[in-house]
Order: sequence, then C-alpha cells, then structure tokens
Amino acid sequence: MKNGYFGHYGGQFVGETLMPAILELDSTFKKLKHDREFNKNLNSLLSKYVGRPTPVTFCPNLSTKFGCKIYLKREDLAHTGAHKINNALGQALLAKAMGKTRIIAETGAGQHGVATATACAKLGLDCQIFMGVVDMERQKPNVFRMKLLGADVIPVRSGTQTLKDAINETLRDWSASTATTHYLIGSALGPHPYPEIVAHFQAVIGREARFQILKETKRLPNAVVACVGGGSNAIGIFRAFLKDSDVRLIGVEAGGLGIKSGKHAARFADPELGKPGILHGSLTYVLQDQNGQIYNTHSISAGLDYSAVGPEHSYLREIGRAEYYYVTDKECLKAFHLLSEMEGIIPALESSHALAYSFKLARNLDKNDILLINLSGRGDKDIFEVARYSGDKL
Amino acid sequence: MNYAELFHNLKRKNEIALIPFTVIGDPNYQTSLKIVKNAIHAGADILELGFPFSDPTADGPTIQAADQRALQSGITTDQCFEFLREVRSYSMIPIGLLIYANLVYRYGIEEFYAKLSDISVNSVLVADVPIEEATPFIKAARNSAIDTVFLVSPLTTNERLTQILAQARGFIYLISRLGVTGVRNDVQDLTIKLIKQIKRKTQLPIAVGFGISNPEQVETLARTEVDGVIVGSAIVKIIEENIDRPENINTEIGSFIASLKNATRGSCKIS
Ligand SMILES: Cc1ncc(COP(=O)(O)O)c(C=O)c1O
Repeated sequence: MKNGYFGHYGGQFVGETLMPAILELDSTFKKLKHDREFNKNLNSLLSKYVGRPTPVTFCPNLSTKFGCKIYLKREDLAHTGAHKINNALGQALLAKAMGKTRIIAETGAGQHGVATATACAKLGLDCQIFMGVVDMERQKPNVFRMKLLGADVIPVRSGTQTLKDAINETLRDWSASTATTHYLIGSALGPHPYPEIVAHFQAVIGREARFQILKETKRLPNAVVACVGGGSNAIGIFRAFLKDSDVRLIGVEAGGLGIKSGKHAARFADPELGKPGILHGSLTYVLQDQNGQIYNTHSISAGLDYSAVGPEHSYLREIGRAEYYYVTDKECLKAFHLLSEMEGIIPALESSHALAYSFKLARNLDKNDILLINLSGRGDKDIFEVARYSGDKL
Repeated sequence: MNYAELFHNLKRKNEIALIPFTVIGDPNYQTSLKIVKNAIHAGADILELGFPFSDPTADGPTIQAADQRALQSGITTDQCFEFLREVRSYSMIPIGLLIYANLVYRYGIEEFYAKLSDISVNSVLVADVPIEEATPFIKAARNSAIDTVFLVSPLTTNERLTQILAQARGFIYLISRLGVTGVRNDVQDLTIKLIKQIKRKTQLPIAVGFGISNPEQVETLARTEVDGVIVGSAIVKIIEENIDRPENINTEIGSFIASLKNATRGSCKIS
C-alpha cells in the first residue's frame, strides 16, 4: 500500500508550505506510538483525568421496546462529554514532544474545541480554536466553555461558516505558523498521518468496548453502530472489531432534510453529489457539484455537518467491511428524545444519529441479538438547539 | 511562446518577467477577460490564471473573495477552458494555471491536461499537490506537453528541493514567505538567500510570489538573480475595491501593472 493510503483513499494533498510539518508529525508519531514512556503518560491521563474506561451500559427499556439487546458505549461520560478528548490529549502530547507551544484546531459541534482547550489547559499550551459563526450560534454553551478553559475562539465568517470553513481557516493559520504550532485535527480526516493518528488515539474506545461486551454477554455483538462526521468515533470503535467478520460495522451519516432535498451531509448515500474527490488533504468521498466545487452541507448536528468523510471509511465501505446509512434530522430528534425519556441519558445530536439508525435496525433483529452503539457524546451542548426545534423557550 | 524562450529574451534585455495573477471569471466572465487583455497590454510577460475554487486553502482573504465572486457569477470548468481559448486566440503570451486538485481530479486528470494542451496553456501548478502526490499529474502533464510548476517554500528542506527540482518544469514558484497569499510590503532577506540557494541547484527560472505588491519590492527583486515576480492579491484587490465602478478597474490595473513592469527593467544585478 502506498504511504498514507487506505486502498486508494487518503494521501497528503497539501501545499508545499505544510509538508515539512506533516513529515515531522509523521516521524514523531511513528517514534512515539509504541514508546513506553509516552504511553504511560497518555494512559495515566486517560484513566485519572478522563475517567477511562468508560462503561458499557445495557438499556433495558429500549431493549424491550425494540426487541433486541441494546448496549451503549458511554463516551458521553468521558471528561468534557465526548470521545474527542481521547484524541486531543494524545495529539497534545505529540505536540509537546515536538516542542510546539501553540495549538490550533477547528471545531464544529464545539466538542473537539472544548476537548482541545481542556488538553491545552492541562498541559500548558496556548490554544486557538477556529469555529464557523453558524456553529458558534448553535453550540453556544461550548463556545463559552472554551473561553472558560482559556482558549481564544476565532469566529470564521467565510463560506458556509461551518466545519469545512473552520478547517480551511485553521489550515491557513498553520501555513504561517508551523514552527511553533501544531494543528490538532479533531477527526479521522486530513492529510496523512492525521487519519491514522486520530484512529490510533480513538481506538481505545473499541478496545475497551470489545472487552466489556465480551465480559458481560460472553459473545460479540451482531452489529456495532456509530455516527460518522469525519469518522473518528466510528473508526475508534470499529477498529477493534475489524477482524471479527461476523460483526456488522455500521456508520450513520447525517441525512439532514432527506437525500433528495440536497440538504444533507450524507457523502455515501447521495450517488449524485457524493463522489471521490480531494478536500482538506485527502482523497475520499466528498459532496461536490459536477465541476468539483465543494457542496454545502446541512445537518441539525454541527458535528456531522461536513462535506467529506475520513478516507479509511471510504476504504472500509469499498471493501465491504463497513456499511453506511443515513438518518434525517427528524429521525435524529426522535431518537434524542427517546433515549432521554426511556433511559435517562441525554445524547448528543451527533450520537442520536447512531441511535436512530439502530432503532430501525433493531426491528429486524432477534431478541437475543446484541446491538452495540457508540454514544459518542452527551447532549448538554444541544439543549438550546433542540428547544429551538421544538419551539420551547429556555 | 515557451517559457525558456521568454525568460531568455527578457534576460538579454536585462528585465525580469512580470507575472500578474487573476482569477478566471472575477468578477464575471466578460470583465475578467477585459482585465486579462488589459494586463497583456500594460506589460504582463506571463499570465498566471487561477480556476476559482470553493475552498482555496492556500489563499488569503483577497483571493478567496475573488474565487467567490467568480463562482457566484456562475462560471464552470468548461467556461474556464473557453476563457483560456479566448485569451489564447488573442495573444501568444505564456499562460500558467494555478488550480486546486479537486477540480482537476473531478474532470479527469488526463482529460484535463489534454484539454489544456489543445488550448496551448504552458504550465499548471496544483496548489495542494506536493511532490508526494504529483505522479499522476506529472504523467498527464508530460503526455500533453505541459510544464508542471512546483512551489518551493522557505521551509522546503534541501532533500525536498532536490526531489522537486527533478520533477519541475517551466519555472520554480518560490513562496517569498510563509502563510497564504496576500499583500505585504517588503522583501525578506530570507527570500534573497533562498533564491541563491535554488540557483545553485538548477537552471530553471525562478519566479517569486506571495506578498509582492509594489514596484519597490519588484525593484529589489530585479536586482537579485530572480527571473520573475508574481503579483496576485495586489491586483485582485483593485478589482475588489472598484467592484461598484467597473470602468475604473482597467485604468487602475493598467497603470499598476505598467508601474510594476517598469520596475522589472534595467536592473543591475547584485549577487
Ligand atoms: C459527540 C460527537 N459525536 C460525533 C462527532 C462527529 O465526529 P466524528 O465523526 O469524528 O466522530 C462529533 C463532532 O463534533 C461530536 O461532538
């Protein structure tokens, strides 16, 4: 396999200015990923600071309702409220090892921004977070959290003012600042080695979950389900199950207002707009028009509202190892309320996509079949947005 | 005319090449075409033309806005080709393209270069294709007899420089400073050092770009071993500032380009 490719997806499509920094990151990561001291440090942070391992929780009420056994991997219980912290701490440690003093990052839902700001506060790094103004509005609580954590939040007003544009702006900053600065990408996307680095640091989710579910149920799940924005929580839980060929791996994209409406972020589900293309450093499925201009996405959930998908997912889909489906904004909201009311867990709107698809899938399963859903984050950040949709005043 | 001939002729006249950059279709097809023709008359030696892209990550705010204006006017890849054809039928001036990878990839890499070859475009620089990913682009370019231009930045290591020089054709695009495109006011000592470093390793002409915005900078560079200067944001800014008075665009760009061209002349080299 060519360096940095998953099949023929991936690569390093960035300007010459960024290449030296990307090569430096690659060699640092190769050196440290199996380094005993580095891992001791990271694991200590993960257990004593993040609160890992996060539990796997059985959902008795939903299981009865849908007629199969439903389990959640509780990344919502990780410090800062989502899986993003696993990667943020890992990369922040890499940055320190490279002698960088400043971290920049993009954020959509704000969870990655909060996780990065947290890692920087803990490890003594300067932190600037780029965020589209549309996302700043719909994820207000997270904007304030980042500020409380000592980070600067830089509003991005270009393009659609969402995640894609925040990434553009972060890349622009980085092309002038690589000497002092590490770009801490928040999902399994971008130029090689980022997709590999992010998957490596998120793989702890699947390692724990596989062990936990085996311990509790004495068998492997029938399917593992995760939402897919850039694809970090999904790849994080998938990786441990890749060789378990009987376990279906299912990624759920944001169907927005439906595929036909064109207002969605379903790179795989829309055969007209979703085609292999090159965006933000990698060759992967990208929503684009016939000329190759990047298509503007829509999703109720800021964390899934992105035109491209991590290259490893394009590969896993192509070889048939993982399947990808979508749910709409409406179905997502319904699942959001259902989990809150029936199991007492308020999920992130991103994670609610995984739930919504799982509930559809469950109807075709047997009562002893097991569904493992990655609950990538908690929904506190989303309450204003959900209230807006339901017409409630907060 | 090809690059080798052009740079050779200029050298004999003791001039360096003035290479204005504009985005095709900014602010719309017809105005953009007039701007390009006007630039040729005002003294451009080479045209550097950009295909507008929705997500130009190597560009600063000025050129981002130009891309947006062009796309808003509804321009397509095929119309960009048509534009190039019209420029080509108007003048034999060398044309270099600056483009982002997805536009080429989506069109089909081989097909894209073949099309450019029909129009006699001289070179292509793909902003987000470093040497590591360049193989299919270089192959297509060679099949179509088009030069592949590469960027060299102040951070490019010696090892990378050697790799780049082995593949580069036409000229080297030296980024005068880190960051994205945009207007700056001076010429860094670093740039002058880099020019010398690259010259020691190659016969290829060097054009300096990113941040060149006034005749003083051009004069400074003309006194070095550099072979050309690329001026982008400073020209595009004139379009932006006169968007409501399109009749001013060409007079202003014309006199700006003439003043830059003047600064490329009669330089006495220092080394
Ligand atoms: C809770 C949560 N889940 C999922 C995502 C989507 O990202 P990814 O696909 O990388 O897991 C986000 C992104 O912001 C998020 O905050």
